[in-house]
Amino acid sequence: MTDSPTSAKSGFPRSFLRSIDPAVATAFACILVLLLIAATTNPDFLSPEYLLIQLQSASFLAMMSTGMMLVILLGQIDLSLPWIITVGGMMSTAAAGWGPWGPAVAIPVGVLCGVIFGIINGIGVAYLRVPSMIFTLGINAVAQGFMIMRTGGAAPQDMAPDSMHYLATGRFLFGVIPNPVLVWIVVGAVIVFLLRKTVFGRAIYAIGNREAAAYLSGISTQRVVVAVFAISGGLAAFAGTLLAGYSTKAYQGMGDPYLLPAIAAVVLGGTSILGGRGTYIGTVAGVILITLLQSILSVIRIQGIEITEAHRQVVYGIVIVAMLLLYGRGAKVTA
Amino acid sequence: MTDQALPISHGSDWRYRLGEHYGTLLALAVFVIMFAVYALKYPTGFSADMVQTAASKGVLLALVAVAQTFVVLTAGIDLSVGMILVLCNCLASYIVIGSPVMTVLGIVGVLAAGLACGAVNGVIVIYGRLQPIVTTIATGAVFFGIALLLRPQPGGDVNEDLADWMTGQLPGGIPTAAVVLVVIMLVIWVPFRKSMLGRVVYAVGSSEQAAYMSGLHIRRAKFAAYCLSGLLSAIGGIFITFVTYTGEASSANANAYTLNSIAAVVLGGVSLFGGRGSAVGAIFGALIFRTIGDLLFVFDLDPLWQPLFLGVVLLFSVCLGSFRLFRIRNRLELFG
Repeated sequence: MTDSPTSAKSGFPRSFLRSIDPAVATAFACILVLLLIAATTNPDFLSPEYLLIQLQSASFLAMMSTGMMLVILLGQIDLSLPWIITVGGMMSTAAAGWGPWGPAVAIPVGVLCGVIFGIINGIGVAYLRVPSMIFTLGINAVAQGFMIMRTGGAAPQDMAPDSMHYLATGRFLFGVIPNPVLVWIVVGAVIVFLLRKTVFGRAIYAIGNREAAAYLSGISTQRVVVAVFAISGGLAAFAGTLLAGYSTKAYQGMGDPYLLPAIAAVVLGGTSILGGRGTYIGTVAGVILITLLQSILSVIRIQGIEITEAHRQVVYGIVIVAMLLLYGRGAKVTA
Repeated sequence: MTDQALPISHGSDWRYRLGEHYGTLLALAVFVIMFAVYALKYPTGFSADMVQTAASKGVLLALVAVAQTFVVLTAGIDLSVGMILVLCNCLASYIVIGSPVMTVLGIVGVLAAGLACGAVNGVIVIYGRLQPIVTTIATGAVFFGIALLLRPQPGGDVNEDLADWMTGQLPGGIPTAAVVLVVIMLVIWVPFRKSMLGRVVYAVGSSEQAAYMSGLHIRRAKFAAYCLSGLLSAIGGIFITFVTYTGEASSANANAYTLNSIAAVVLGGVSLFGGRGSAVGAIFGALIFRTIGDLLFVFDLDPLWQPLFLGVVLLFSVCLGSFRLFRIRNRLELFG
């Protein structure tokens, strides 16, 4: 009887505990363990300034992982992320050179280009029914081709204007919280609202579980898929403008290192790669986890051994597999 | 009764056979047409040297595409094929050298390393029950890290006599690489396809639950698919060492081979949903992918436009499968 829904309502702590996804809880626990292990070698890892800087670099990855999470919730994948990031960065800095209004329209132009590529992705996946893994790969190649074509003959402006630089590195609120973190909070709030309180959000989960059933329930599934890919493209391009603002420059291949971490963050956060299951708080945990892991691996020193990129890659891969084995296992195949 | 219930007789099932090999035959036809156009437009005309240049580039991608095929047939995906290739390239630049005996031992060692990488993927996917796409992303990072440990800077050497022979021509102007590829297919793919193991791989890819219910050894088959994928990637790694004479842990190369292998597999008519297609098709897919680039070259397209054009052609060709949408009678079939 204790398991019946009525008794669960009565006790607040119990219903609260039950609402926690074990995957999300494990991810947050892993973050704490990681920080504690790092703090034993150097207490500075727990200083507020270090943690704020980590949050700042996490917020770039967060923009990409947010879009990727929505796509993965549909049961699809977006492999066009690297070059849409680059499109966002390069188009926004180029737009900044368009006369006096340039800096003002820079970010919207960059995001708009990402949205356009995202819409093409969505049309290919939803209407042409091409598997997303191969269609987005093709869009990635097309986006790369566009950027090489644009920057090869002429040389558009690649320096980020002050407005983008400020958005990516400034600290607007009391001079403490980095601006990208504020942007992340706003974007995150919108996404949580979308997923939990709107028909659109319900439709995303429904399509991820079974698209045919969602269609029969009266959801125009194809439009939802296009919209989600458009959001994913827009967020990837926005991440590109932030990255360009952060490093003051947009360049070819700037998005290449982000595809795998973006997918890994979503999956580590407990979102099923098959779609239909996952929470945004999990993705937040996954993003922080990946960022911390990369940061700690790049500064930690072990006596006698020089830690190189090679060691980092090996540890990074092993840790991801180990964490997934903790809580990301699929169901056994049975009848 | 039982005899009448099985109306399948050899000879009258050509329709089924045609349907089964449709993708492969289409890829073959597209490749032949594209290569004919290329050969006609080639400045010096059709020659042994032209074929050889095309073969060296094509065979490398073809090997990785075959590796990818094994896993894709089980309805999985292996995003670590490029990393295994690079790892084996770095390893080969150390041990495929010296006297003939040493060289052969070295090749065996590299193949064993590739097999081990594939086995690791297989064990994690099958017994760890993690999704192949995430697993191979993570193991790919590990393989690439080991490659970097082996070769922090590009370098190393390889048995040059063997390398020159492998990338050269046989008497009659036939490129050795192409012959080696055919031999590899005859030794690995044909027995695999004819064996019980191969059939189970196709069955798992079509429906894992149905295969389980039929009492097939689905774990053994999936494990074999991942191991063979590692083995073929290792052969690709050895071959790239013969072409470049060095070992280099390049993440750009690794990613390019992984992504191009998926494109080649799809162009070759292998279904990403598993259970349909063949490695022969994947080879022609790889050759098509390489010929697109060559065609852009002979048609004198502005080099700046080439990547864009390659992307558009790739996108267009993967959309060709959408023609099936015209045959759909019920909208529900869309979501199959």
